[in-house]
Amino acid sequence: MSAASQAPSETDLKTRFTPSLIIGLVIVGFWLLVALFGPALAPHLESDIVTDMSYAPAGEVGLLGSDYLGRDVFSRLLYGARMTMGLALLVTLLSFSLGVILGFIAAISGRWIDGLMSRINDALMAFPSIILALIVMSALGTSLMIMIVTVAIIDSTRVFRLSRALAMDISVMDFVDVARSRGESLWWITVREILPNTLAPLAAEFGIRFTFAILFISALSFLGLGVQPPAADWGVMVKENLQGLLFGSAAALMPAAAVASLTVGVNLIVDWFLRRMGGDVSQELMN
Amino acid sequence: MGRLLIRRILLGIVVTWVVSMMIFAATELLPGDVCHAVLGQGATEKSLESCRERLQLNQPMHTRYLQWLGRLATGELGTSLANDLQISDQIGARAWNTVRLAALTALIAVPLAVLLGLIAAIRADSSVDRGISIGTLCFISVPEFFTGVLLVYILAVQLRWMPAVANYRDLTRGDFLEVIEALALPIATLTFAVLAHMTRMTRTAVLNVMSSPYIEQAILKGASRSRVIIRHALPNAVAPIVNVIALNLAYLVSGVVVVEAIFRIPGLGTLMVESVIYRDIPTVQAIGMLFCVTYVGFNLIADVMAIIANPRLRHPR
Repeated sequence: MSAASQAPSETDLKTRFTPSLIIGLVIVGFWLLVALFGPALAPHLESDIVTDMSYAPAGEVGLLGSDYLGRDVFSRLLYGARMTMGLALLVTLLSFSLGVILGFIAAISGRWIDGLMSRINDALMAFPSIILALIVMSALGTSLMIMIVTVAIIDSTRVFRLSRALAMDISVMDFVDVARSRGESLWWITVREILPNTLAPLAAEFGIRFTFAILFISALSFLGLGVQPPAADWGVMVKENLQGLLFGSAAALMPAAAVASLTVGVNLIVDWFLRRMGGDVSQELMN
Repeated sequence: MGRLLIRRILLGIVVTWVVSMMIFAATELLPGDVCHAVLGQGATEKSLESCRERLQLNQPMHTRYLQWLGRLATGELGTSLANDLQISDQIGARAWNTVRLAALTALIAVPLAVLLGLIAAIRADSSVDRGISIGTLCFISVPEFFTGVLLVYILAVQLRWMPAVANYRDLTRGDFLEVIEALALPIATLTFAVLAHMTRMTRTAVLNVMSSPYIEQAILKGASRSRVIIRHALPNAVAPIVNVIALNLAYLVSGVVVVEAIFRIPGLGTLMVESVIYRDIPTVQAIGMLFCVTYVGFNLIADVMAIIANPRLRHPR
């Protein structure tokens, strides 16, 4: 993430590159490459049935064995990287733009508009995320499009709260008063004064939201409500191969481990970043 | 403090009311009506009519909302759209599995988390602290299904210490040991999901108190670090710790849905997911309401405990 590279120079050199940051960067970099080039390098298509043997052990069929239909787990893992990470990125971009724009509007608007927007946001945050998603999807159906929009909106409530608070803090600063008395427009103040001063915490938040999106989407897919088979998604792959555990197959473990390593990697980077700002990633993650 | 408490409790009631309206209104988001959506394009006029009759869609929305609230309060939720079973019977049959799983998890996770958090705080910035910090960060990051699948793979498949899939239906009357054996892996999975956050917050809460002047006084008079923390810092860190515990119990509501799906436990979470798939909206609304009330309730308890435990609020000037 771009956040990791723009470190303030005055902090001491010891915290510049901690081992955990390097591990995080390596993991995330690895999965980014897999998502970009994996499908081109995959030995089979995601829906190709390569053997009539279900749950063939690793090494016997392909690199990581076969899944419950006899498809190549390794190839599906590569396709899944693009699907899972692409969806999560899309959701994060959506929720982020929605949350930041609405949060800033609330912060610079008058009491009534701000109050109304914040109360609506509070109401949405009063639900456990996954339960809210389930309720919406039972009413609107379970298509990919609906899932993306639902998860993005639920996620944007957290971005809204943060960016509103950040913008509130900045908007009472002297330099904003100066800009206001200079006669600058609200738009100018938002883009030139508030946005640049909130970039660092927002960058960290982007990483946190990205992890959240990965976990949320793969959990929904795992429950059978997100990405639908035969598409390869890490959550779907865990779900469809869960039975294989009984036969000692690790086909369900691989995609689960892929999700876990990616989210740990992103969080190691975010944690390093937040530590420099004096925060703690765990406090952000539960929201 | 009294006024603060009453305000917070009133707010909790308002939130519950808003949540109930939103859950009810979810079905009104549809372009057509619920019956159209549930029965699909191929629905005959007759089946649509009987469905509308059943859900009383011919009545205005606010009447239906009030009736729905009344049915929630009395527990007479009507029949499910997916099968003709009574919704309250289905919920009743499965609620115990969910409550038991969540309660046993809380019993294990809460003391363990406070203990680990205290150890991390006593040995702050040591290698033990660093290890706990990295470990908890990892467990916060990974999805429940990873922990669950990994535990099954290692303990049940590779080491064969316990059954991979237990027969949960038989456990309603099973003796305590059988229950524990069958639920060990689900409880462990759920514990990992909530343990990490509670541990970190306990550590942070204790260390925050540690930076206050009276702690410095205790250190200067020669008390050992563990005595300072347990005798002097912990009592004042109780409020934030209790707050985190209640928030995490609220988080169990979400965790339970995924963990039940991993281990195929017939609880409320699996019932809700099945109902979403069959678009059995009345059942989803009823269970959704149950989960949300629990969630809002734990958040309320978290704040109330924080108010009560805060000495500054207890003795106002």
